[in-house]
Amino acid sequence: MTTKGTEVTVRAFTLEDLKRILVEVAGADEDMGPDAEILDLGFEQLGYESLALLETGGRIERDYAITLADDALHAEVTPRELIDAVNNLLSAPAV
Amino acid sequence: MTASAVVTGLGVAAPNGLGTQDFWAATRAGKSGIGRITRFDPARYPSQLAGEIPGFAAEELLPGRLLPQTDRMTRLALVAADWALADAGVRPADLPAFDMGVVTASASGGFEFGQGELQKLWSKGSQYVSAYQSFAWFYAVNSGQISIRNGMKGPSGVIVSDQAGGLDAVAQARRQIRKGTPLIVTGAVDASICPWGWVAQMAGGRLSTRSEPARAYLPFDDEASGHVPGEGGAILILEEASAARRRGAKIYGEIAGYGTTFDPRPGSGRPPGLRRAIELALRDARLEPSDVDVVFADAAALPDHDRVEAEAIGAVFGPRGVPVTAPKSMTGRLYSGGAPLDLSAALLAIEEGLIPPTVNVAPSPGYGLDLVVAQPRPARLRTAMVLARGHGGFNSAMAVRAL
Amino acid sequence: MTGRRVVITGMEVLAPGGVGVEQFWSLLSEGRTATRGITFFDPAPFRSKVAAEMDFDGEAHGLSPQEARRMDRAAQFAVVAARGAVADSGIEMDRCDPHRVGVTLGSAVGATMSLDQEYRVVSDGGRLDLVDHTYTVPHIYDYLVPSSFVAEVAWAVGAEGAAAMVSTGCTSGIDSVGHAVELIREGTADIMVAGSSDAPISPITMACFDAIKATTPRTDHPAGASRPFDASRNGFVLGEGCAVFVLEERESARRRGAHVYAEIAGYATRSNAHHMTGLRQDGAEMAEAIRAALDEAVLDAEDIDYINAHGSGTKQNDRHETAAFKKSLGDHAYRTPVSSIKSMVGHSLGAIGSIEIAASVLAMKHHVVPPTANLHTADPECDLDYVPLTAREHRTDAVLTVGSGFGGFQSAMVLARTDRPERGAA
Repeated sequence: MTTKGTEVTVRAFTLEDLKRILVEVAGADEDMGPDAEILDLGFEQLGYESLALLETGGRIERDYAITLADDALHAEVTPRELIDAVNNLLSAPAV
Repeated sequence: MTASAVVTGLGVAAPNGLGTQDFWAATRAGKSGIGRITRFDPARYPSQLAGEIPGFAAEELLPGRLLPQTDRMTRLALVAADWALADAGVRPADLPAFDMGVVTASASGGFEFGQGELQKLWSKGSQYVSAYQSFAWFYAVNSGQISIRNGMKGPSGVIVSDQAGGLDAVAQARRQIRKGTPLIVTGAVDASICPWGWVAQMAGGRLSTRSEPARAYLPFDDEASGHVPGEGGAILILEEASAARRRGAKIYGEIAGYGTTFDPRPGSGRPPGLRRAIELALRDARLEPSDVDVVFADAAALPDHDRVEAEAIGAVFGPRGVPVTAPKSMTGRLYSGGAPLDLSAALLAIEEGLIPPTVNVAPSPGYGLDLVVAQPRPARLRTAMVLARGHGGFNSAMAVRAL
Repeated sequence: MTGRRVVITGMEVLAPGGVGVEQFWSLLSEGRTATRGITFFDPAPFRSKVAAEMDFDGEAHGLSPQEARRMDRAAQFAVVAARGAVADSGIEMDRCDPHRVGVTLGSAVGATMSLDQEYRVVSDGGRLDLVDHTYTVPHIYDYLVPSSFVAEVAWAVGAEGAAAMVSTGCTSGIDSVGHAVELIREGTADIMVAGSSDAPISPITMACFDAIKATTPRTDHPAGASRPFDASRNGFVLGEGCAVFVLEERESARRRGAHVYAEIAGYATRSNAHHMTGLRQDGAEMAEAIRAALDEAVLDAEDIDYINAHGSGTKQNDRHETAAFKKSLGDHAYRTPVSSIKSMVGHSLGAIGSIEIAASVLAMKHHVVPPTANLHTADPECDLDYVPLTAREHRTDAVLTVGSGFGGFQSAMVLARTDRPERGAA
């Protein structure tokens, strides 16, 4: 986390971050494919089953100190949607 | 006529050989896999030797997705099941899913995985515990993962009875074949060589504390002072005999008979149950004691346990009445994996006509056993008996026979 | 040995809400629930904070101080229940041939509670990788290998025949009893002491179910937290307990004039070969297990008067088994009362299958179907008759009870009154 002036700019969550976590918690198989292609495929299509996604969600929650909604991560969610959801939580004002 | 259950495939993961060929080449030559523990630093512990499996590269043998969710014992079991199916020439995808089941034994589950998660729980907090902990450590995990990997929807099961469980699972697999399921993947793999598993095993007081690998695990020797634990086991493909013949499968042998008993309550003064288990297995197989060509002993390597086993063998087969061997002197005791490995060794011994040796042991004459020591012994073998006992009083015996 | 049939002649239940069959049945028939905020440890860090805990003191139930100290809680349950079941059966064990008496026990997670506690000690709160063996208790091997439970029960009842633990996750409680039935039928044993026990309410279990969001996060009203088939259900409530039965070959039970609760008429298990924790929504493998159990019982779907459901209260499970009931029983599924006692006693993992067998037996004894508590608004996709809130008087001669377990296990058992009207050729 870096500060810029008085405003808090929160570290963004990127596709690279997501890919790193997926490999760590769900295991690597073959190359997932070009970034442009995987961003909008559902996780199930990308070969991640429910437990791998729960494990991924838990890891993101711990690493980024956020709490994802129960439906933020399931078979039909795409990496782009998850990345957006995480970034929305990261940029939300602290309460 | 009751359906006969035959073994058509073997998948072996043993400390002295990964894969059936390596295992048998080492076993017939008396090559041991026991050494100082390398998976953690055992210096602080009274017992420091184990039968570890070297060179098991799960990442080359299993899909990457399976690795984060599996304990070592499950990875070994999945690979052994792959090898056993390949050895049997069975492609599960070609068979009806409900015609195949999985019955394995487990003694202590995925204990190393469990240690990792317990450590996260108590050192970092409950939210660090993995989703995979919900099944990766539990006793049913190997049957579940093998059934999923191979699409097997028939009757499955899991037996826990310490070391005896390895035979009890194969007996349950035979039961399912007799009830009409054509193929069952069975056997067991255990692997708890992690610090947490190690202290739990040591607490039983049955582990050798000797530091020299060749002097540590000496069943039926006057110097017996406990056993060395090992990891691994074997997965067997069991099929209904006529179906196996129809498809032209290679048949290692038949699961001819099985018996199981439980020892009386300590202090009751009643006789132990191992002899009865052997007699039940003989009766089940319709064999006379003289039909048995070799006995693979449980080989606890504690004087009172060795005496009970020697007396049971002597009472059934007569003094020095049958060759006895304990190839587990080369692997250590593998918990539920031990008896399936002995079944594999027995079938390979029958195939070659060669009894593998019990290494390092100078048999105590008091036991009256014809123990095959030092060198393998050529012999015409048709029928072998495998014995396995579990802590607390579990006794099981299984006869395998060439067809 | 063909033609040997197996009956239940004794039973004992230790369930949340009370020790003993009478207390168990009064809880079920009154539709009360035994869920409460966790008291065994501080639940604050956990997502799920409720459980169906038992108030249990082993020594008050006849265990010696040594037994109570040596045994894991689940082993204590099993020994107390086994003694109770044998007493209930009226069998004088010392007049039986111990070689013909066996033991099977189910447990999904064995001595988890003791392992969790002992790990914390030997690792100094998780700080040590190389845990300290000088702090271990001498009987920790019995926690490592839970077949020690079976040994304790065999010693307690004097059994020297076939003995083993069956551990198939949450179907252990059905599979253990089913295994015992097979041993009597094939002639390996004449009497089996069979059941299952689990005491999983410990931090490691709560943490792993939190991680997969399987347990309910509902905390406001613990008694209402377990809500099988309700539209608002969001996970199961962890429980604990034990049930043990005395099983006998039917003719020898008759000869000794035993009171017979019911016959275990059919049993089967299948695997979904799909996922370690997930279920396919068509319920095909459970349906196959149900059909096979009915075949073995030589009963038709129409003979089933009550379905004792797995009904864990997870979104996925309750739809899965609703589909399985329809697939296996056809239209009869719509005409048959279905209920989940997990709404009242929680989900005790490997133990619950045996506890549900006990509930099924009692439903036949009293001709009363226990209710599904907390079922106010059914999930529209769960459209069977789930007997909401209050027990129902209902002629019950044959019951189907099912279970579904991690690892993909799907098991079904058919129980029947021995005095039920016999059908044609059956």
